[in-house]
Parts: sequence; structure tokens; C-alpha cells
Amino acid sequence: MFELDNVMLSRMLTSMTLIFHIIFAAIGVGVPIMISVAEFIGIKKKDPHYTLLARRWTRGFTITVAVGVVTGTAIGLQLSLIWPSFMQLAGNVIALPLFMETFAFFFEAIFLGAYLYTWDRFKNPIYHWLLSIPVVLGAMMSAFFITTVNSFMNTPAGFDMEDGVITSVNPLQAMFNPATPTKVFHVITSSYLTSAAILAAIAAIFILLKKGGAYHKKALKLTVTATFLFAILTAIAGDLSAKFLAEEQPEKLAAGEWHFETERGADLVVFGTLNENNEVENAIRIPNALSFLAYGDFNAEVQGLEETPEDERPPLWIHYMFDLMVSIGFYLLGLSLLFLIFWKVKRLREDNRFLLWGIAAGGPLAMLATEFGWIYAEVGRQPWIMRGFMTVEEGATTSPYVGWMFILFFLLYAVLATGCIVVLRKMFKNNPAELELEHRYPQVAATKEDDKS
Amino acid sequence: MSYELIGITVLWFFLYGYLIVASIDFGAGFFAYYAKITKKDHIINQLISRYLSPVWEVTNVFFVFFFVGLVGFFPDTAYYYGQSLLIPGSIAIVLIAIRGSFYAFESYGSKDNTVYMFFYGATGLLIPASLSTALTISEGGYIEETSNGVQLLYGELLSSPYSWSVVFLAIVSVLYISAMFLVYYAARANDQPALQLVKKYALFWSSPTIIASLTTFIALSQQNPEHFQRAIELWWVFGISVAFFMAAVFLMYQGKYYGWAFIAVMFQFFFAFFGYGASHLPYILNPYITLTSGVTNESMAVALIVVFIAGLCLLIPSLVMLMRMFLFDADYVKGKK
Ligand code: HDD
Ligand code: HEM
Ligand code: HEM
Repeated sequence: MFELDNVMLSRMLTSMTLIFHIIFAAIGVGVPIMISVAEFIGIKKKDPHYTLLARRWTRGFTITVAVGVVTGTAIGLQLSLIWPSFMQLAGNVIALPLFMETFAFFFEAIFLGAYLYTWDRFKNPIYHWLLSIPVVLGAMMSAFFITTVNSFMNTPAGFDMEDGVITSVNPLQAMFNPATPTKVFHVITSSYLTSAAILAAIAAIFILLKKGGAYHKKALKLTVTATFLFAILTAIAGDLSAKFLAEEQPEKLAAGEWHFETERGADLVVFGTLNENNEVENAIRIPNALSFLAYGDFNAEVQGLEETPEDERPPLWIHYMFDLMVSIGFYLLGLSLLFLIFWKVKRLREDNRFLLWGIAAGGPLAMLATEFGWIYAEVGRQPWIMRGFMTVEEGATTSPYVGWMFILFFLLYAVLATGCIVVLRKMFKNNPAELELEHRYPQVAATKEDDKS
Repeated sequence: MSYELIGITVLWFFLYGYLIVASIDFGAGFFAYYAKITKKDHIINQLISRYLSPVWEVTNVFFVFFFVGLVGFFPDTAYYYGQSLLIPGSIAIVLIAIRGSFYAFESYGSKDNTVYMFFYGATGLLIPASLSTALTISEGGYIEETSNGVQLLYGELLSSPYSWSVVFLAIVSVLYISAMFLVYYAARANDQPALQLVKKYALFWSSPTIIASLTTFIALSQQNPEHFQRAIELWWVFGISVAFFMAAVFLMYQGKYYGWAFIAVMFQFFFAFFGYGASHLPYILNPYITLTSGVTNESMAVALIVVFIAGLCLLIPSLVMLMRMFLFDADYVKGKK
């Protein structure tokens, strides 16, 4: 189907690294805010359960951060190693946010170090909580800066090109290119959503397996509430992203929606298959919905793929990526809403196993949605690496050893993933929450029985 | 000062910063492993982990800062170094990744796991060796530009006395810098048994360091006579460096003022490093990239410098906070917090 030439291998290596990195990056962006909220509630309500929650999340977080940092360093270097011509060209225009990102990393790393090692150092716990703010902001800024770079690849701006030479560079305009606002908004909200959903899944699994006590129930309520809020924000941001695409990158939207002919009142094609003539079969068609998704108007005209030259069309399989991402988004939204309703009405007990299993599945699904979203966005940019200016083929390295490096990095990520899982399991298995609670806050543990009744 | 000179000076400062903090970190990992297998770990490993735990991530950022900044100020480096360093660069990434993550696994997860510590110790010496390739090839003669892009000449690289002397220098400097720092840290913690042990390491590694520096110089005169010539013209800078070396070793023998001894080490490397850097110019990569040919456009250069100044205003207070919490807080160092 495809040949393993240098370009293909370079793309595979980049994809592998990014797909691995984004797992830890999404956690790195989203978990600090959850930790900060839990610690704050713990201080305000004087409830050690929440403080312990923040503490335990932080401990797990140190492991994922470590893998996030090292894989991030890998992709940072790989951008130059694998896409030297691209970085040479783009470096002239988009180096600014990349450079600013390193300051965000510095900032985050410094305060994370301080946060981790000072839990019991301050008399007033609010000072310790204050240290979490720079970590949250630093993580958000990292996501912001790197996403502007990715936006630039989709809608390059802030320079003129004359005979292959870049002139009149405006770094700020390049950074705040047309794709930046929606992309940043969607990436940050979806990272928050993913992190909240994963933490909710962990709490749900503990309750399912071990009949967790008050501690786990509080954790579940907090995380599911957060999932609900972030799912709303993510859906709004995703809708804005689609409207952005209709305006600025219509071929990506058209390929993602299997929308071949420009027309008014376009239908939304959900799932389905393509036959050999590229006709859609077995799909659910929602009348006029694509026009609404793209322009907020059921009769608006939506540009079809036919208007894009044949050799500049993205592959059509990204349709599934889009549909899966959106389905998972609505799943998370619906499920967390259902859970909160049950919680309020108390018609069903909150440890309804059916709902709990649904929440447990939500964590991995959210991470998958992040992956699908990125694959949709990145493959939807094909064949360009810098849309309109450079194709991936022109950007790739000509070094003959990319295949070997792919194997090397595959092994690396396998080792990192295994180590990460083993250590996280060990960390929490040998030290269950109940034990730690008794150890740290004996007075609370003694009253635990009251909570249960 | 022109933009390109400001740019390269800033980057060189950060590379110098990385050289110091990473050497401390890399060497400490090696010593921790060495102490473990020679059953002396009870003496020093507590000390090492108290220092390393809060700072390893910050160390890594120094490196990220350097290479991101280099590509920002001099985009051509992305092309030439990127094309030629695929293998050594990837190996360095893998080592850095193994090291960082296994450090975290070991210190936050399963304590005192010997396998993890082995990874951590061994990579500490291999990383400087693989990263030093970038400096080696910058001297010229190791890469060629063909119609199919730039390629690294592996035969030249692996058979060259210069490249091996750089590797050797990198490894011994790491051990020397690290041991000198640990002496100071042990003295602050008032930990006599640890102090005696790391002091032995420090004195042991001092003479190989100076010998490796000399052999590297000699090999450079073979590899790149012009660079060697420019270095000779800056003889006084290297002279100051040697003077600081002698001061450091002298203080170490005296057994007093360990803080000053470590500062002397920092100056020793500061002068040697800037002497090397200054004589390297105008080339960033001989003969393909010079300071003026490789620099980015003016508006980007200005923007980067502005961001850099703003970033420093944010960074310096935070770093001072970190150091006061962990490095200079006597109670923390002594293990009371
Ligand atoms: C938890 C993850 C998650 C969820 C539930 C959703 N998304 Fe998403 N989506 C992402 C995670 C994501 C992402 C990983 O953040 C992407 C990849 C690149 C980007 O900009 O964001 C993305 C990209 C992305 C794009 C392409 C943007 C571009 O290329 O510029 C569109 C149009 C949408 N999304 C739309 C939606 C809609 C309408 C959703 C309905 C609820 C939705 N997404 C849910
Ligand atoms: C090609 C794209 C990317 C590159 C080059 C890149 C680069 C990096 C680098 C160099 C690091 C390590 C920083 C350190 O040493 O502390 C890192 C970590 C990180 N990256 Fe990425 N990154 C990319 C994509 C992303 C995306 C899309 C996000 C967010 C959605 C992200 C979020 C993070 C976060 C939060 C960390 C810090 C890890 C942590 O603290 O948990 N990265 N990245
Ligand atoms: C961290 C989140 C990201 C993920 C998961 C991601 C994912 C991907 C994937 C799956 C591909 C392969 C596309 C293909 O094979 O057709 C790809 C390509 C690429 N991405 Fe991204 N991407 C992310 C963010 C970024 C950012 C922020 C940048 C820019 C700095 C970037 C730069 C690239 C490059 C250079 C390629 C190779 C060219 C290509 O195949 O399109 N990516 N990415």
C-alpha cells in the first residue's frame, strides 16, 4: 500500500514519538489543575481527604512528568534531526514561541520541584497551595506555545516568500496566526478533560474493585464534576475549530466529513464506508448539519473536496478519526451528566456499577480521543508540512538511517511505558489510601466509620 | 554588539550552565552507583539524592533551552547539524530519556533498585560522550555536502584522535566537576564520612582532567590548525583557567574553603569554555556556517532577545527561590526537612 521510503519512515518516527509524548503531555497540562483544586478544597473545608487526594495525585504525576519531559526532549531534538529543511525554513519565522516555551518549561520545572518537596514545610498550608499556581500556569503556557507552532504549520502567516527566500518576518503575527485561537482553546480544554476523565476512571475502578470508602467517593464526585465542565468546554472549542476549518482550511474539513461537492445545506456524514467509486455507503446522514457545524447556518455553502487539486487532498480515512473523537466527546459529556443527575436525585445509589464501569472506560477513551484528534489534525494537513509552502517530502531528512532510528525509539518507548506502568502500580498497591490516611491523619481515620453510614 | 554576537553569547552561557549543572548530576549518578557496588552507599547516597531530587528537571531544561535557542538564532544549524547528527543525536536522546525516567522511577517509585541505578550511573557517562560529538564535528572535516544532502563521515569521526580526546575530556570533566561539588555539599551538610569519601574522588579525578585538556589541545592543532592558532592568540584566557584549576586543587588539599574551591572549578571551566568558544568563531560549523551567514532575520533576532530578557526576569527570582530552598537551606541539606 505504501512504500517505506525515507519520507514515510520519517513520518512514522515522528508520529510514534508524538503519539507517545501526547499521552504524557495531556496529563502534564491537565493534572496540575486538578491537584490544585483538590488541595484548595482540602484547605477550605479542612478536609484531609482532599489533601490526601492532592498528595497522591502529585505522587503519580511525578512519574508521568518525568516521561513527559524526556519524550518532549526527544521530539524537540527530532524536529531538527528528522525535518532539517523544515526547521531551517520555519525556524526563521516561528522560532519565537518555541523559544518562549523553554521558559515556560523552566518555570514549571522549578515550581514543580519546589511543590513536590515542601508539603510539610509551611505552617500555613495556603503557601504550599500557592506554589501550585505557577505549575498550572507553566503547563498551560507550554501547551499554548507549542500549539501556536502547530497552528503555524497549518496556516502559515507573518512572512513573505520570494523565490524561496523568506522576507519581512513578523514573529508575533506568525505566532498569532489564524489557527491559533481555536487550536489553543481546544488543545487546552481537551487536555483538562482527558486528565479529569482519567482521574475519575481511577477513582471508579477503586470503588468497583475494593468498595472504596469516603475518600474514593469524594474523589469520584470531584473528578466527574470536572469531567462534565471540561467536556462542555471541549465541545464548544471543538465546534469553534470546525468553524475555523471551514473558513481557513476547507480541504481538511471536507476530507474529514467526506464532503466531496460544494453545496448549500450540506449533510453531515456520520461513520459509514466508501465504495470503490468513493461513494459513501452505510452512513448516517444528518440533513443540513454540516452547514450548521461549519457556519452556524443550516443553509450555508460548504466547500467540497473537489475544489482542492487532486495531489493536495488529505487521505480520506481521517473521517473515522474525526467521528471517533466527536463520539467520545459526547459520550463523556452524557455520562458525566447522567452521573451528576443520579447523584443529586439519589434515586440510584452513586455506586451504581453500570455507571461506574462507564466512567472507568471514560479515562482510556478520553486519551484515545486526544490521539484521534491529533491524527485527524496532522494527517488532515497532508501533503503539507507547512501548508502551501513546503510538503513533508521536501522537509524530511535524507539520512539513510531513519529506519534504524525507528527501531531504536520503538524499543525506548516500550521500555519507558513498561517502567511507567510497573512503578505506578507498585507505588499505589503497596500504599493504599486507607493506610496512608491512618498514617498521616489518625484522627480522621478513626471517624471513618461515621462517613460510611 | 551585533545581534548574532549577543545570540551566541547567550547560548554559550546556557551551554556553560548546562555543562556545570549536568556534570554535577551525571557524575553524581555515577558515584551513587559506584558507591553502591563498593558497598559505600550508606555513606553518600543520602546526600546525593537530597541534592538531585528537586533539580534534575531543571538541568534538562538548560539543554532544551540551548538547542531550541540555537535553532532559533541560527536556523541553518537545524539543517546541517540535524542532517548529520541523526545517529549520535538519537543515541543521546535515548540515553537522556533512559536516565531521566529511570531516575524518577528509582527515587519516587522503587527505592534502591540496583538495575535502575545502573542505568542511571552508566548513562551519566555516555551522555557527555555522545553530546560531545556535536562539538567535535563543528571543527570541520567530519561532514560532507553532496547532492543528496549533508552526510556525516562515520569513518573519519571514529578514527580521529581529536574526537576521542574530546570524549575522554568530557567524561573526566564530568567526574571532576561533580566530585568537587559533592565535597562542597557534604561540607555544608557537615557530613564528615561522606566528605572524606567524595574528597578522595575529587582529588583522584583532578589530574586526568588537566591531562585530557592538554591532549585535546594537541589533537586540535592536527584537526583544525586555524582554530588552534586563534586559541593560541587567546593564551591568557587558558592561562587563567589553569590558574583556577591549581587554586581549586590547592584548596581541596588544604581541606578548608570547599565553597571557594568549587567556585574556582566553575571559573576554571568558565575561562576554558569561553576561550574555546571565542577562538571557535567566526565559525559555528566549519566551514558551512559562520556567525553572520547563519543568523536569522533581524526582526526574529530582536524578538528573541526581548523574550530572553523578559524570561530572565521571570527565571532568576524563581531559581534563587529554588536554590534557597534546597541548596542553601542548611536544615534541608542536613536532612532535617
Ligand atoms: C479529549 C479529547 C477531545 C475531544 C473529546 C474532542 N476533541 Fe477535537 N481535537 C482534540 C481533542 C478532542 C485535540 C487532540 O486537542 C485536537 C487535535 C489537534 C487540535 O487542534 O486539537 C482536536 C482537533 C479537532 C479539530 C481539528 C482542528 C484543526 O485541525 O485545526 C476539530 C474540527 C475538532 N477537534 C472538533 C471536535 C468536536 C466538534 C468535538 C465534539 C465534542 C471534539 N473535537 C471533541
Ligand atoms: C512537536 C511538538 C512538541 C514538542 C517539540 C515538544 C517539546 C517538549 C519538550 C522539549 C519537553 C521537555 C521540557 C523539559 O525539559 O522540561 C516537553 C514536555 C512537555 N510537553 Fe511537549 N512538545 C510537543 C508537543 C506538545 C503538545 C502538543 C503539548 C500539549 C498539549 C505538550 C505539552 C508538554 C508538557 C505539558 C510538557 C511537560 C511535561 C510535564 O511537565 O508534564 N507538548 N515537550
Ligand atoms: C503533541 C501533539 C501532536 C501529535 C500527537 C501529533 C501527531 C502527529 C502525527 C500522527 C503525525 C503523522 C502524520 C502522518 O503520518 O501523516 C504528525 C506529523 C507531524 N507533526 Fe504533528 N502532532 C502533534 C503536534 C505537533 C506540533 C506541535 C508540531 C510542530 C512543532 C508537529 C509537527 C509535526 C511534523 C513535523 C510532522 C511530520 C510531517 C507529517 O507527517 O505531517 N506536530 N504529527
